[in-house]
Amino acid sequence: MDYEVVIGCEVHVELKTKTKIFCNCPTDFGGAPNTHVCPVCLGLPGTLPVLNKKVLEYAIKAGLATNCEIAEYSKFDRKNYFYPDLTKAYQISQFDLPICKNGYVEINVGGKTKKIGLTRIHMEEDAGKLVHQGATITSATGSLADYNRAGVPLIEIVSEPDLRSAEEVLAFLTNLKAIIEYTGVSDAKMEQGSLRCDVNISLRPFGQEEFGTRAEIKNLNSFRAVERVINYEIDRQTDILEDGGQVVQETRTWDEGKGVTLSLRSKEDSDEYRYFPDPDLTPLVIDRAWVEELRSSLPEMPMAKRKRLIEEEGLPEYDAGVITSSKVLAEFYDGVRAHYGDAKKTSNWIMGELLARVNAEGIELEDIKVKPEHLAALLTVLDKGEINGKIAKEVFAEMFNTGKEPESIIKEKGLVQISDEGAIVAIVDEVLANNPKSVEDYRAGKKQAMGFLVGQVMKASKGQANPGVVNKLLAERLEQ
Amino acid sequence: MITKEVVEKVAKLSRLELTEEEVAVHAEQLNKILETMDILKQIDTDGIEPLAHVLPIQNVLREDEVGECMPREKVLSNAPEQADGMFQVPKIV
Repeated sequence: MDYEVVIGCEVHVELKTKTKIFCNCPTDFGGAPNTHVCPVCLGLPGTLPVLNKKVLEYAIKAGLATNCEIAEYSKFDRKNYFYPDLTKAYQISQFDLPICKNGYVEINVGGKTKKIGLTRIHMEEDAGKLVHQGATITSATGSLADYNRAGVPLIEIVSEPDLRSAEEVLAFLTNLKAIIEYTGVSDAKMEQGSLRCDVNISLRPFGQEEFGTRAEIKNLNSFRAVERVINYEIDRQTDILEDGGQVVQETRTWDEGKGVTLSLRSKEDSDEYRYFPDPDLTPLVIDRAWVEELRSSLPEMPMAKRKRLIEEEGLPEYDAGVITSSKVLAEFYDGVRAHYGDAKKTSNWIMGELLARVNAEGIELEDIKVKPEHLAALLTVLDKGEINGKIAKEVFAEMFNTGKEPESIIKEKGLVQISDEGAIVAIVDEVLANNPKSVEDYRAGKKQAMGFLVGQVMKASKGQANPGVVNKLLAERLEQ
Repeated sequence: MITKEVVEKVAKLSRLELTEEEVAVHAEQLNKILETMDILKQIDTDGIEPLAHVLPIQNVLREDEVGECMPREKVLSNAPEQADGMFQVPKIV
């Protein structure tokens, strides 16, 4: 039998605030263990959490950017469970009155646009980090707890079960990541753990209304892992159903090395979190004027930008997709275009030279040294024929490595164009002497031989000869 | 109705170890509390929003400014076991 796969995602995003959600400790990553902690995030008796205003602002921004309704009234609740990564034996989260709900993210798969519903976005605190003393958690003799991350602000974005394939999930995560990145509320980097994804997967026979039993796979930290998990789970659950069995509702973990999902715990005994309103925190009444102010502060979102690049800039869909998938790239593109007229050439250089070098060097887009206005300047001199394409790429390599402007690189490296007729005449004569056949062809009426001779002169001058002067001198000599 | 099983389950979730007698005592006391709650249930609460906080305060927020953290010796001073600057806990699963 053929089964339809039904997938929903829960995405945790670490907010880029300076301090934790309920105390003044810094959120910086990489401090020595337990040095970014205080009595509040350690949950010591007698302390009181106070909400960081920036967290609320960022959560609202994320909600507005994903077409959510922003709550008029919201509150925090305690999610009670025992685990050593929690200092208080509860996590401060939001239960029935989340800050945002009923949003959507648009995806574009197979040329079709589809809206993926967002059930809600809520604010919560991150847990600490555990280092297990052994190869795996089950074989460990004990664990060590570092609470630097405890209290780092998160938003949890919960999607509707609207996704129907690994391809759709990847498109959803790519767009959601781009949207979050555009708003500036998070770095949204999966490799660095600032964006983490749980997926809920179930199968049902095509045409069946009700959902099948789902498995939840937690803490996926790469797009590749998400794709592999989904394909693995589709196979695993199909096998169970084909054999007449039943999928167990449970939480599973992904074993990257073995490429399998493993049962962590069955859902029945874990889901009793006994939520109740946290009396230490006051309810939130959200000022509508503030919400509107935040709405108007949002930049153009990736899907809108993508549309603009296709419709107004005339870029192919593929180019527009690549450029808008990252805020840094999109801004870089706009930066070049502010000084340079050719949209497609800009996109070609960004997707070709720039991204090829970024990938080859393995650097982050944020760390690109090339300035957009410098690429614009390079393309302008290239268009004017002051340098040729080969030299332009050479200059670009230097710009990429040093961040210098093209003009000074061209001067320093002696790549500047030679327009002095005396210097070019010598090369022209040499080329004519070495290519008597072409000279003969030209004089016999094959005017296209000129192009070949120009090319030879340019080559001999390492691309530095002024093509106008070369043409003029060649014509003079050939007509003699 | 709070049965012995319910008490045992709640105790397990709260990581409490109760003796047979304690389970019986708690079951009885919890049932009495629920009986009192039943009296409250008689009040008509149609159209009344659930209360999120007992005090009439809202929007208590702080600015996003970094403050002092605690010295690590102090952080770990109550830890029964520690290693490498971290709290050491027994085997988890």
